[in-house]
Amino acid sequence: MAEPPSGKKVIDLVRRPMPAQPADERSHNFTEVALGYTLELASEEARRCLDCKMPRCMDGCPVNVDIPGFIRELAKGDLRGAISTLREHNLLPAVCGRVCPQENQCEAVCNLVKRGASVAIGRLERFVADAAAMDNMIEPPQPSPSTGKRVAVVGSGPAGLTCACDLLRLGHQVTIYEALHEPGGVLIYGIPEFRLPKHIVRREIDQIRAMGAEIVCDFVVGQSATLSELRAQFDAVFVGTGAGLPWFMGIPGENLVGVMSANEYLTRVNLLKAYQTGAATPVPKPRVAAVVGAGNVAMDAARTALRLGAKQVHIVYRRSRDEVPARLEEVEHAEEEGIIFDFLTLPVAFGGENGRLTTITCQKQQLGEPDERGRRSPVPIEGSEYDMPCDLVVMAIGQSPNPLIKNTTPDLQTSRRGTISADDKTGRTNLPGVFAGGDVVTGQATVILAMGAGRKAAASIDDWLRTGEWAIVEAEG
Amino acid sequence: MYEIVERRQLVPDHHVLTIHAPHVANKVQPGQFVILRSDEEGERIPLSVADFDREAGTVTSVFLEAGAATMKLARLETGGTIPTYMGPLGKASEVEPCGTVVLMGGCYGIGALYPIARAHRAAGNRVISILEAHTQWLLYWTERHQAIADEVYVMTSDGTAGERGLSFDKLTALLDGGLAPGLVYAIGCTFLMSSAAKLAEERDLNLKVALNTVMVDGTGMCGGCRCSAGGEPKFACVDGPEFDGRAVDWEGLMARRRAYRPQELATMRRLDSSGKLASSKPAGKGPHHG
Ligand SMILES: Cc1cc2nc3c(=O)[nH]c(=O)nc-3n(C[C@H](O)[C@H](O)[C@H](O)COP(=O)(O)OP(=O)(O)OC[C@H]3O[C@@H](n4cnc5c(N)ncnc54)[C@H](O)[C@@H]3O)c2cc1C
Ligand code: SF4
Ligand code: FES
Repeated sequence: MAEPPSGKKVIDLVRRPMPAQPADERSHNFTEVALGYTLELASEEARRCLDCKMPRCMDGCPVNVDIPGFIRELAKGDLRGAISTLREHNLLPAVCGRVCPQENQCEAVCNLVKRGASVAIGRLERFVADAAAMDNMIEPPQPSPSTGKRVAVVGSGPAGLTCACDLLRLGHQVTIYEALHEPGGVLIYGIPEFRLPKHIVRREIDQIRAMGAEIVCDFVVGQSATLSELRAQFDAVFVGTGAGLPWFMGIPGENLVGVMSANEYLTRVNLLKAYQTGAATPVPKPRVAAVVGAGNVAMDAARTALRLGAKQVHIVYRRSRDEVPARLEEVEHAEEEGIIFDFLTLPVAFGGENGRLTTITCQKQQLGEPDERGRRSPVPIEGSEYDMPCDLVVMAIGQSPNPLIKNTTPDLQTSRRGTISADDKTGRTNLPGVFAGGDVVTGQATVILAMGAGRKAAASIDDWLRTGEWAIVEAEG
Repeated sequence: MYEIVERRQLVPDHHVLTIHAPHVANKVQPGQFVILRSDEEGERIPLSVADFDREAGTVTSVFLEAGAATMKLARLETGGTIPTYMGPLGKASEVEPCGTVVLMGGCYGIGALYPIARAHRAAGNRVISILEAHTQWLLYWTERHQAIADEVYVMTSDGTAGERGLSFDKLTALLDGGLAPGLVYAIGCTFLMSSAAKLAEERDLNLKVALNTVMVDGTGMCGGCRCSAGGEPKFACVDGPEFDGRAVDWEGLMARRRAYRPQELATMRRLDSSGKLASSKPAGKGPHHG
């Protein structure tokens, strides 16, 4: 790209493609699919940014990353500047650059989107984060002098980690309690290695440890200690326990061996490393797998089954392609890898022999009239049922918070769906000193929204620790 | 890392495992379980709690060496460490005054019943323990049960100790003799529990069983432990592990227990004497609760 003449920018409408492993190769391995921009591609892509007077991308980002700022610095070759700008608003840019649904967020409102070629903000974010890490440029944020206050953070997913990091930065002492044997939440047990390499997540967690956080694993709040007991030991508690409890459909045959939740399938493969040769944890190696649902979780499960050797993998989804909730890139990758999409299809029963799954019975759907939100609901087509042989069904139709804290904290206000009721600006619950954020409040959402909630809660916790005032306060911004 | 205070074979294939884990010991109640891993590559294994000492910060389980996972566990040495020990998990037993409580256990269940029996005794109930084993040399903890129970019956399949027969037979005889227990507990293999359930159905007994389903996380996250009780879907790790024995769908449960059998055998064949996996082909072994 030639340098634009001063004052005026040449509009370059070629979004630089992301180098990736070829589909037929990657569908047999667990190494990362998207390889990341080279310095050259990143510089070219960064120079496509028009550095608009009225940039809208920042409003599209749930944590308001200074997008034009970091891209400007990158375009100038100032990697150190770019990473520090990014990290001002986003603790985990290497993660977000990989897993944010950019096409619905920052890139959806980029002024170039109308011309069909928004700047590849996510890819640039990833490049800056990876390159800076490679050059050892990422330093843990400097903690302020100690305030002597102690905060317990429950759950170590993106919400808990972000909250912990901000609290440390503000000089508070933090102990993170995690139920599983490794911290990271969905980033560790859910999202597969080929999409988010675990060493990236571990690197970020090591930094939070280096800042002084104590991380206690194998500790289940509600069981190892109740929320009230923690509250009595700490000056404040943040609950970021996610929405991990998987839903099932309640249709015949669902308890057959061979039907499992996406969480079980992905946890066996990721957290328990069943994808590695020699790992002890059993994981089914199907011939034909059907994954029910079409969100990110479903794409991850389907592509995992393929990598574990399935000959055929179907995504069974009751709506059409337009309604698919997964990130666009994941859908495209899944299609390239040969995942078969059965749209407008609803499982109605599972069949088996000797307790083991052998078939899935599906019914075709058509889209009905739009509802009040404008979404067209699927309507069954009578008599369209058909059987498909398969030996693994993975349910990825949604999840809600586990009941452990709710069951043992009767005064904590929760919704009918089991989510904790908390103010969305401050994370304050109905119990003074108890804050909550992330999926446990919203139901399953996104990494960046969980991080945003962790950050808002940290600011509000700081406020409470300094003032002792519990009235729900408006967070700035 | 958690210290192995004791790992000892009680009788062939049955081991006692005591771990120093104050975070569990502080809170654990009878009827709860823990999840542990024997090493960093290891599978997560659920085990019922068979005893605990809050002051010493220790928790004890009895496990049966059944699959590859518990085979590795059985090779751990006293004084060593394990990387994961999580809990207490599941709901505690409800212990209320209810007259006579009969506790029937076999296999790891003899251990798992012990703290429950102790709690019922402390609550003022009359406690009758029925301990079952194939043969005399597979019996353990008889004296422990004798020390807390009002009556202890021993049943062996071959008649080498106590009476010949199953715990099921003893309970039937006691009922025929006019015993009217307020509560019956059955913990052990699925066969023991499901046959107790049949009897409970016939004789209208209040029966509690502790389910040993496949489990991964123990927090309601995987759904691997799902079962059906009273026609309702349940997650054994958070809704249980104890359920009304008459409400459980036993057939569905047994099918699910068999989930990973073929892979489990494959792993066992690859375990060499050090407990390390021998070859490099991916395979697995079955979760075990016991
Ligand atoms: C397979 C999969 C793929 C996804 N893909 C994407 C994607 O591409 N992009 C995106 O933006 N989002 C994605 N999501 C959603 C995203 O991961 C979540 O929205 C996000 O992780 C929520 O963060 P959180 O911190 O609220 O909770 P979580 O990440 O769920 O972390 C909660 C943690 O709390 C722990 N915990 C639970 N109960 C207790 C307790 N009682 N005591 C102690 N600890 C407890 C859990 O073990 C867990 O580690 C995906 C989710 C899944 C499952
Ligand atoms: S954090 Fe997510 S939404 Fe915000 S700029 Fe980065 S990729 Fe876009
Ligand atoms: S063990 Fe995973 S949900 Fe119960």
